[in-house]
Amino acid sequence: MSSKKIILRFCKDTSDKPVIYHLVKDYDWIVNIIKARINPDKEGTMVLEVTGANYDQGIKFLEAQNIKVQMLAEQIKHNQECCTSCGICTTACPTGALYLERPAMQVVFDSDKCVICRQCLKVCPVKAMEVCF
Amino acid sequence: MGIEKTYAEINAKIKSGQAVIVTAEEIIPLVQEKGLTQATKEVDVVTTGTFGPMCSSGAFLNFGHANPRMRMSKVWLNNVPAYAGIAAADAYIGATETKEDDPLNSNFPGEFRYGGGHVIEDLVSGKPVHFKAKSYGTDCYPRRELETKITINDVNEVFLFNPRNAYQNYNCAVNLSKKTIYTYMGMLQPDIANAHYSTSGQLSPLLKDPHFLTIGVGTRIFLGGGVGYVAWHGTQHFPGMLNDNQGQELHPSGGTLAVIGDLKQMKSRYIRGNSFLGYGCTLMVGIGVPLPILNEEVMRWAARTDQELYAPVVDYSDEYPNLKSGKLGVVSYADLKSGQIMLKGKQVKTAPLSSYPMAVEIANELKAWIKAGKFELSQPVQNLPAVKDNIVAKSLVTSGQ
Ligand code: SF4
Ligand code: SF4
Repeated sequence: MSSKKIILRFCKDTSDKPVIYHLVKDYDWIVNIIKARINPDKEGTMVLEVTGANYDQGIKFLEAQNIKVQMLAEQIKHNQECCTSCGICTTACPTGALYLERPAMQVVFDSDKCVICRQCLKVCPVKAMEVCF
Repeated sequence: MGIEKTYAEINAKIKSGQAVIVTAEEIIPLVQEKGLTQATKEVDVVTTGTFGPMCSSGAFLNFGHANPRMRMSKVWLNNVPAYAGIAAADAYIGATETKEDDPLNSNFPGEFRYGGGHVIEDLVSGKPVHFKAKSYGTDCYPRRELETKITINDVNEVFLFNPRNAYQNYNCAVNLSKKTIYTYMGMLQPDIANAHYSTSGQLSPLLKDPHFLTIGVGTRIFLGGGVGYVAWHGTQHFPGMLNDNQGQELHPSGGTLAVIGDLKQMKSRYIRGNSFLGYGCTLMVGIGVPLPILNEEVMRWAARTDQELYAPVVDYSDEYPNLKSGKLGVVSYADLKSGQIMLKGKQVKTAPLSSYPMAVEIANELKAWIKAGKFELSQPVQNLPAVKDNIVAKSLVTSGQ
């Protein structure tokens, strides 16, 4: 089961509710809290990595509690300034999102084809591939 | 006898703005269209270029003397050790040196995020670099410890001295084993799922002057965005003939260059620190060599195409590490650049390690320098050993064998 990243936004009326407890206990969510922040006005945000069969029910529960839920799409970025067009990432990329444009042999990134497997992040010798949230 | 031009004649044309300069890529259609004789008459200089990881690279530095003086016996730059077993305030920072506390391959494959190559890139970009030195102290050099920040402008001299660069030709690396391997040729997937190669083919300096008819000791070159020189033949300079799958001679392969140049002139665009997953750190170096078209023989080689240049295919799971001779044959650079080659009845995806667009840029940049009269060609003061000299590679005999 692949994990999903979500961001929860609490207002001051919801920030003191034990929602994580319910998600784990009642909806069998496996939760990894990536970031949690609460401001002096008691408004908070929380970034979660979630796996669980009852994912959709859990989301409904959150929304019923008046907590705003947003999908967090992690994105891979190609830093063209930094990239040397060496080409080494093009055989590591499983989907062809990174490819050589011939005959110039310039490396091009097609983000629509990217499945965020992070292979390119590992093999790029100059760290020109970046993750952003 | 055909056309013969001298260095002096070519330089005179460069000075008067009359010289015709083209890149090693542009010369190909020109020779095909006009023929060898006419093209040799018309063209004075062909510029080559390459930009790839070159591990045998590094820089000598002189930091200047502190008060009180110090005979630095250990030096670290951004926590990367530099070799200080030379005079008091001198050191050599090597491209593949790793950070003192790098986990290396303990959590395989290691990331090798920062090393000597990165220090050199940071220096070139003008970034401050943390400097630390230790010594045992002497009467003439009493200081024992020193810690400060330096930039490229603070040091007296810093010059790149790369003992082996610009490999004439290089292996096309594959993996015949059943597991992924991490090499200096990149990540190689099992069962020959990919093939990596690393020269600029028809733009590559030593493939375009394979018999060293013009490149020698003292040849002025483009090095990392500044002016450099060929200092000597490189280490492991074994110019020999590459044979095809039937044993027919193809072209020379195996020459290398030792190069030198002022790091203060260089640009970070052409000098890049590299991290190779599971392997280590290195430095990407941009090199461009001008070839004076002295005669038709020089032109004949300079006009060679990717279809006529070949790389030997080598298995990096067994052949390479265990010093076995290969049986995988050769592939042309035209095929390698197409993105797919046929190996053992299988279509294999290819990728370069050296940047072709950057090689083109370097050849064009060098062309622009010569056109502008900023860069004259130098006649070598000594030739480099060539195929005819029959240099044989030695290997290290291990005890117990
Ligand atoms: S993250 Fe994976 S799919 Fe996306 S570009 Fe990198 S290697 Fe390709
Ligand atoms: S490996 Fe990195 S530098 Fe090389 S082409 Fe890919 S993104 Fe660019």
